Amino acid sequence: MDNILLALNALRANKMRSLLTMLGIIIGIASVIGITTIGDSLSGYINTTMSGLGASNLTVNVTEKSESDDFLDTLLMFAPSSPSEKDMITQSMLDQYQTTFDGYIQDIAYSTSIGSTTLTLNNTDYHLTLNGVNAGIAHTESIELVTGRFIRDDDATRKVAIIADTLATALYPNIDPLGHTIELSILGSTIPFYIVGVYADPNANTPMALIMPNQSTVYIPYECAIDLTYGNQGYSSLTIVPAIGVDNDWFLDSTQKFFESYYYRNDSHTVTAYSLDTMLESMNDMINAVSIAIACIAAISLLVGGIGVMNIMLVSITERTREIGTRVALGARPMDIRVQFVVESIIICLIGGMIGMVLGIALANVGTSLLGFAASPSLGNCIMAISFSMAIGVFFGYYPANKAAKLDPIDALRYE
Amino acid sequence: MILHPLVPTMNKPIIEMKGIVKTYNLGKPNELEILHGIDLTVDAGEFVAIVGESGSGKSTLMNIIGCLDRPTHGQYHLDGLDISTANARQLASIRNQKIGFVFQTFNLIGRTTALKNVELPMLYAHIPQAKRTQRAKQLLEMVGMKDRMKHQPNELSGGQKQRVAIARAMANHPAILLADEPTGALDSATSRTVMDLFHQLHRQQHMTIVLITHSQALSEEAQRILTLSDGKIIHERKGSKAGELNG
Repeated sequence: MDNILLALNALRANKMRSLLTMLGIIIGIASVIGITTIGDSLSGYINTTMSGLGASNLTVNVTEKSESDDFLDTLLMFAPSSPSEKDMITQSMLDQYQTTFDGYIQDIAYSTSIGSTTLTLNNTDYHLTLNGVNAGIAHTESIELVTGRFIRDDDATRKVAIIADTLATALYPNIDPLGHTIELSILGSTIPFYIVGVYADPNANTPMALIMPNQSTVYIPYECAIDLTYGNQGYSSLTIVPAIGVDNDWFLDSTQKFFESYYYRNDSHTVTAYSLDTMLESMNDMINAVSIAIACIAAISLLVGGIGVMNIMLVSITERTREIGTRVALGARPMDIRVQFVVESIIICLIGGMIGMVLGIALANVGTSLLGFAASPSLGNCIMAISFSMAIGVFFGYYPANKAAKLDPIDALRYE
Repeated sequence: MILHPLVPTMNKPIIEMKGIVKTYNLGKPNELEILHGIDLTVDAGEFVAIVGESGSGKSTLMNIIGCLDRPTHGQYHLDGLDISTANARQLASIRNQKIGFVFQTFNLIGRTTALKNVELPMLYAHIPQAKRTQRAKQLLEMVGMKDRMKHQPNELSGGQKQRVAIARAMANHPAILLADEPTGALDSATSRTVMDLFHQLHRQQHMTIVLITHSQALSEEAQRILTLSDGKIIHERKGSKAGELNG
C-alpha cells in the first residue's frame, strides 16, 4: 500500500515523463484490445445471425470441377451450378445414400423453382412463386402450417398445393380453403391445384410485406413440378438434416465422400457438401487468425513500450541513487527497494494498460459501428490486457529494480 | 524520572570494537588498508566525537560503525550483536533498529512530507500506520517542527531539514545516534541549534551519540574526543566544553 502511494508520488513528480512512458503501453494495449474486440464482435455477430438457420443442415451441390486453387474458384465451389441431366444426382444415388446412412438422416429436402405467376383477385395482383418441393422442405425452411398438411412424398405427381394464409383469406374469405382449388398458370396453361394445406406467411407484418405486398410462395410436389415443366430428372442440390446427435463433421465428410464416389469419372462436375456450421467455423477461424495476427503486430508496440518503461526506470533509479542509499541506511532491505521499484513500474504499466483498454474499446466501438454491428467487448480480453500490462511492468521493471536493490549504500549515499 | 547530568553513565558498552581492519581491493595489486586495527568502546549514554582530517579513515570507520560496511578483520559488537558475521539482511535490520543516521546533507526523501520522512524507518520496521504517525508526530514536536509536519523538504530551511532528519533518526529508539558532520552544511547560528538538540537528546534521553567531524571546535562539546589519523586512533581525551552547554 505504502509502495503504491510512493509510486504514484514518484509518477506525479514527473507527469510528462510518466505519460510519455505510458504512451507505448497505451498504444499497444489499445490496439490489441481494439482489434480483438472487433474480431470477437464480428464473429459473435455472424454466429448469432446465422444460428437458428439450421446451422447443422448439410447442403450438397453439384458443382463444376476446378483444377486451380484460385481463391475465387474455391468460393464458387459453394455456388450451385446448372449441370446437365447426366451430371445430376440421380434417384438411385439418393436411395443408396438413404440406405447407407439409415438412422443418421432425419430428412432430405430438395426443391426446384419453376417460375412465378400472377393471380388477380378483386383487382389485386398476387405474385406467386412456384416451388416444387418434397416433404423435407417443411423442416429445412421451417414452414409453419396453419391448417391442413404439407407436401408428402407419396403426393408424387398429384396436383396439390400449399398456399400462404394471406393468399388463402383473399381466395376464400369466409370458408375453409382446404379441398378447394387454386388455378395456377404454368408454361402458359392454367392448371387447377387442390389446396391441401395453408402455412403462416413468414413475411406477414414484416418490412418485406410493405416492400413487396401480396407476394408469397406456393408449394407443389417436386415430381409434379418436374413433370409439368419437362424438367431434368435428378437433383442438382439437396439439403440433408442430420439426425439429432450425429457428429456434424464426420457426417459432412462421409456425405461428401459418398457422393464424390459417383463422380470420379465425371470430367466436368463433382459434388460439394457443406453446412452452415462448417462455413461458420472456417469463417470464425479466419477472423480469429486475422485478428490474432494483427494483435501480434500490435503486441510488438507493447514490447517497445515495455522497453521504454525499463529505460525510464533506469533513469529514475540513477536520479534517485541518493534516495536509495538513504533508504538502505534507514533499514530498507534489498527486497524493500526491489519491491518499491517493481511496484512503480507495474503502476506505470497498469495505468497505461487501463487507459489503453478504454481507448481500445472506444476504438472498437468506432470500428464496429462503421462496419455496421455492435461491439461486444469481452471481459476476458480486458482482464487479459490488464494482467498482461502488469506482467510487462514486472518483466521490464525487475531488472532496474534489482539494479537498485544491489546498489552499494556507501556509494549510493555519496552519489552526487 | 530525570537523571542528574552529573550522575555517571551506566557502564554497559554499546559499541565494542577490537582490532578492526578494513582493506579495500583485497587480494588485488591495488590492495589498500585503510583502518589498521581500531579498538573502540563507547558506553551507553556517552557522547563521543571522532575527529580526523580527510583521508584519515573517518568515513570508513563511520560506515563500519553504521553497519553499512563490514570490517575485513576484527570484532565488532553493537549493543551486544555481533556485526562481523551478520549478513546483508541482518545488517539492514540492525541499521533499522539500532542506528539513527544523521547526514551532513540531511538526505530527506524528496516530495515527501516531514511526517512521512520520520515515519520511514518505522515503515521498514513494519510498524502499523497509526502507531507510526503517532510517534512521528511526537518526534517532530520534540525537535520543534510541529508546525512543519506537512511540509516537504524543499519547503524547509537547512536547520529545519536537519531537525526533521534527527527526528527520523530517533524513530525506532536506536541504540546510537551516528551523526556525520551534521552541521557541515549549516551556518553557525543554525549549527548551534542543531548541536543544542544533540545535547538535549543526550542529557534528557541519555542517547548515545557518536559525532564524526573534522571540526575541533565542535568536538570539544563531546564528553570524549578520539582523534583518528592514518587509520589509527592516535589520541583520546575529554572534551573541554563537555557539560557546559545545556540542551
